[in-house]
Amino acid sequence: MKKLLIALMTTAAAMSVAVSAEAADKLKVCWVYVGPIGDFGYSYQHDQGRLAVEKKLGDKVETTYLENVAEGPDAERAFERLARQGCKLIFGTSFGFMDAELKVANKFPDIKFEHATGYKTAPNMGIYNARFYEGRYILGQIAAKQSKSGVAGYIVSFPIPEVVMGINSFMLGAQSINPNFKAKIVWVNSWFDPGKEADAAKALFDQGADIIVQHTDSTAPLQVAQERGLHGFGQASDMIKFAPKSQYTAIVDDWGPYYIERVEKVLDGSWKPEDRWEGIKTGAVFMAPYTNMPDDVKAMAEATQKKIADGWNPFTGPISKQDGTAWLKEGEVADDKTLLGMNFYVKGVDDKLPQ
Amino acid sequence: MDITVSILLTIATAATPLLIAAIGELVVERSGVLNLGVEGMMVMGAVAGFGAGYLTGSPWIGLAAAIVVGALFSLLFAVMTLSLATNQVATGLSLTLLGLGLSGMLGTGFVGLPGERLPNLYIPLLTDLPVIGKLLFGQDPIFYISIALVFGVSWFLFKTRTGLTLRSIGDSHTSAHALGIQVIKYRYLAVMFGGACAGLAGGHLSLVYTPQWVENMTAGRGWIALALVVFASWRPLRVLAGAYIFGAVWIGQLHAQAFGIPIPSQFLSSLPYLATIVVLVIISRNKRLTMMNTPASLGQAFVPDR
Repeated sequence: MKKLLIALMTTAAAMSVAVSAEAADKLKVCWVYVGPIGDFGYSYQHDQGRLAVEKKLGDKVETTYLENVAEGPDAERAFERLARQGCKLIFGTSFGFMDAELKVANKFPDIKFEHATGYKTAPNMGIYNARFYEGRYILGQIAAKQSKSGVAGYIVSFPIPEVVMGINSFMLGAQSINPNFKAKIVWVNSWFDPGKEADAAKALFDQGADIIVQHTDSTAPLQVAQERGLHGFGQASDMIKFAPKSQYTAIVDDWGPYYIERVEKVLDGSWKPEDRWEGIKTGAVFMAPYTNMPDDVKAMAEATQKKIADGWNPFTGPISKQDGTAWLKEGEVADDKTLLGMNFYVKGVDDKLPQ
Repeated sequence: MDITVSILLTIATAATPLLIAAIGELVVERSGVLNLGVEGMMVMGAVAGFGAGYLTGSPWIGLAAAIVVGALFSLLFAVMTLSLATNQVATGLSLTLLGLGLSGMLGTGFVGLPGERLPNLYIPLLTDLPVIGKLLFGQDPIFYISIALVFGVSWFLFKTRTGLTLRSIGDSHTSAHALGIQVIKYRYLAVMFGGACAGLAGGHLSLVYTPQWVENMTAGRGWIALALVVFASWRPLRVLAGAYIFGAVWIGQLHAQAFGIPIPSQFLSSLPYLATIVVLVIISRNKRLTMMNTPASLGQAFVPDR
């Protein structure tokens, strides 16, 4: 029944786009979001990027979006609908849209597509991502410094490379401070379900974690931390309002500048598919103010942030895989291809990766 | 011991919205009406509860608003299906779609605002009792309402004359009509009771469970509530059991994961649903018993002069 409903919703959402006014000579740019723009997390930040495009280039472009589009076959319908409605540049913002978007891109060679956090490309489909893992390394360091129990709770959505990379980076950061640091990992199999995320946070706190990390999109886990007088990190947006006493910092996505640049490139005809992956250095990822922690921890976090901004990669050897086999030699840096397809844990992660 | 209490409290919080929405829908279905709009009414209750609570600064007013808005929203369904005799399945589905969309629109201004949580009950001495104190005397007010609702509805349906009348309408609206019972009036009231319950369940989400408003925050709980009614074969006490089994399996699998039990998480996540299917299969083995419990005119439109 839920599937049917989602299908109906996608169709209904897709049709509502048809109503939006057709401006003759404006470039039509479209977005597809996996969650509601009101999630105050991942999809919200993408939509802030869209609004930035409207603000800067509003006289030349017209934007529209589809929200709450389910990953999988429904997504294909959504992309195709947008393509037929005259969108000239389409951004798909979730990993699970990858195959659907690629299929539609092959069908409409004249329309330009961009896909976030995936790895498949086409002559008219580029990919882009932000190096969130850079921020997660800093979170790991702060967690290891601040935790009394030496255990963090980590709420995750789906075992995709992006998420695995985040867990690994977090653990590398934590172990650089405390080699015995542990993270308990709970998969909720959803990007966005405040109730489930809150339940997972409670379960993790009950089992002795005193810091919560999330790779899901709602503010619920932080609210639980605040209620219990414990701590955590915001995800995608600065969530300090929800947990003024509990948020240490947040990894904030800023897509605006990237979207503006890409739209401008389409306008002046220089657009071509690229593989763009930026992070703290260019400001695509930035850290919310460091709060609720002593000065020395703050100084450490800022120092690490600067080191990363200067070009250091958290995935710099020596690093072993979970089973103890060597992965990176001393000084060796992981290449982007391995990171984007990451399907293994590094040493010290206490979980079996769902395959 | 502390962790056990904590787990039980978490289960109660997870089960409460399911329980309330399901018990409301149970009454609706007992009167012979199938309202698939639970999810929509619930999410409307959530946005109304948060909005009113935020604007007035009192989560109690929020709670009242959630109930009222849920009931008013269900009135839309009642007018369509009862007075205009539209198809109940289609109307219920559209109520859900409308609720999800409308709540998102109404709630735009509330996104990203922290809300105030309904305070937990606190009775000096009693709440401080070890172990049982927090479980019995220290939960949120809606928890107590949910338990009262189950027993109240059970008493109403099986021990009062009005309850008997309601059930007879659900079993045969034509016979009830022939006996001079005002079928439509009863059904209106039943549907609005269901709406009020769904609204309250939504209010629990935005005022207790996760005190905030985000679009789509019901995340399918309305559908689970609908399934629970069938699961419970239209018996209030079984709804109580069902909601808590569902909550226990769900919270249990989170703990199993955090504990590091090497079972694939996808399997663990599907456990609550698997448990539901298993129980449904067990229940439906006895066909006669199922038939006896199912309201016979469930989902059929009733036009008095037919």
